[in-house]
Amino acid sequence: MTDPRPAPAPALEARGLRKAFGGHVVLDGVDLAFGTGRLSALIGPNGAGKTTCFNLLTGFLAADGGEIRLKGEDVTRLPPYRRARLGICRSFQILNLFDDDTVLENVRVAVPAMRARGFDCWTPAGVLSEARDRAARIVRLIGLAGRERVAARYLSYGQRRLLEIGVALAGEPEVLLLDEPTSGLGVRPMETLRELVQQLSRRLTIVVIEHDMDFVLTLSDHVAVLHRGRVIAEGPPAAIRDHPEVREAYLGRLGMPNPREGRA
Amino acid sequence: MLGLFALFLLLPALLPRLGYTYLGTEVMIWAIFALGYNLLLGYTGLPAFGHGAFFGIGGYLLGMTQKWVTGGLALPLAAAAVGTLLCGAAVGLFVARRRGIYFSLLTIAFGVMFWFMVFVFDAWTGGEDGLTGINRLALLGYPLRDNVPFYYFVYAWFVGATVALWRIVNSPFGQVIRAIRQSESRARAVGYDTARYKWAVFALSGGFAGLAGGLYALARFGAFPEPMSLAQSGNVVLMCLIGGGFASFYGPVLGVVVFLVLRDVLSTLTDHWLLAYGLLFMGVILFMPEGILGVLRRLRQPAGFHDTAAAHAARGDEAATVPAPPGGERGA
Repeated sequence: MTDPRPAPAPALEARGLRKAFGGHVVLDGVDLAFGTGRLSALIGPNGAGKTTCFNLLTGFLAADGGEIRLKGEDVTRLPPYRRARLGICRSFQILNLFDDDTVLENVRVAVPAMRARGFDCWTPAGVLSEARDRAARIVRLIGLAGRERVAARYLSYGQRRLLEIGVALAGEPEVLLLDEPTSGLGVRPMETLRELVQQLSRRLTIVVIEHDMDFVLTLSDHVAVLHRGRVIAEGPPAAIRDHPEVREAYLGRLGMPNPREGRA
Repeated sequence: MLGLFALFLLLPALLPRLGYTYLGTEVMIWAIFALGYNLLLGYTGLPAFGHGAFFGIGGYLLGMTQKWVTGGLALPLAAAAVGTLLCGAAVGLFVARRRGIYFSLLTIAFGVMFWFMVFVFDAWTGGEDGLTGINRLALLGYPLRDNVPFYYFVYAWFVGATVALWRIVNSPFGQVIRAIRQSESRARAVGYDTARYKWAVFALSGGFAGLAGGLYALARFGAFPEPMSLAQSGNVVLMCLIGGGFASFYGPVLGVVVFLVLRDVLSTLTDHWLLAYGLLFMGVILFMPEGILGVLRRLRQPAGFHDTAAAHAARGDEAATVPAPPGGERGA
């Protein structure tokens, strides 16, 4: 199961990324490159630093060292909203939606055509047809057509997971970062979500943090394994599955819980 | 909205029997203040506690402009609204990046600062005695000194301000500030510079407070410091909470009516009205934290897990025609 395509230029790239919380080093010189048009998976045991890594890539945390480049351009010091405008769009591991707003409003507020009019205090939001149409297309794409006018809080958990991706997708991403999109899902909604991610991966650059190994091994083009703040292995899924250090990192965790593992 | 406007249009015909016209005027002035303040509290989720300062500043700006700069009515009112908007913008620079308790404390600090400034610059503000001698003048030949013409003068401003605020909350800007209240981190993640939006809301709501404060100074023929005190700054917060500013655009208006009418009724009944007043509001906050309109809205909706489906069906929305997802789709 080797990758038939040549490794494309990275859409998003991190070099020597470092982050410590107090004396606890979470990321210790992480190098990552996510190829354009590919679906890359970031895996690793709990506390390996995956979500911290996402928070650095999206600007929610400031890196202590290293640099982050989007299509070659340095974005290391940009705040989250600037990176989002450049096309680094993320979803959240813990659902982070606008709960009182409807499905359509959730997606629409994230559409760039709406964002460009953000300080418009007078036009009714509903008449911005470009934003509305794009939002409606995304709602259909994530399979929530017909539920546009339902408040996000009243969706089922599986539908909320889909909407979480829809909001990230609305920002017209150069790179779509999905933080455990299948977290907490049952078998059937997991299948829906897998199909959605697979469909998106045909035309987008996606980086996904995921615990479900089946999901990772069947869908991704490239896998990077984080363990204790370092990338211990990288490559096509098949190579990762048989990698001795990776097996040890996972099995070692099962066999003997590591007291040094902090929060992700 | 038209119902609300019609009610206030006809109110002067009824008010002399219920109370007096001036009460209606005061209700509309405070309603402008509370609706504008609710942009901050109910829509953006920013509990500012020193907002009475902007109401007061509006009054002083109107008074000073009318007495010493231009005279007249239109320009002093514009000065009150625009000047206070600029004050709000200046204070906003300091508070917009603060969150939670720090935001609230900082707004209190600025409120107290403005309150002291009234006494420091008493040559201009009249200090404790207030800035008296403000003139309502006349409009289109009607002397506004009489309460009924003045009522309609304020009514026009009330209608204008309410329509403007309604447009604001339903505009893209309104969507963004609602998004910030619900999840500021998500709003940043989708590309909004949330601090700039919070600054803009702060300035805007300051502007409406200034307009209301200017009208209030006209209503009382003078600008006085007491609405700026910390104790009275809390009034507008209570008005929004009682009426249901989180649940409905009109919550603050209802809150103002309840607040001012109760004050009038209770103070004629007993000397200890402040005690009864305080207890009443404690009860409201404890037992209906979502306010009167919030409770009404909840009662109107059938309780249950999928209550929106029913609510949508009642309103004839298309969403109701879509079958609810099968139970199996629910997350593990």
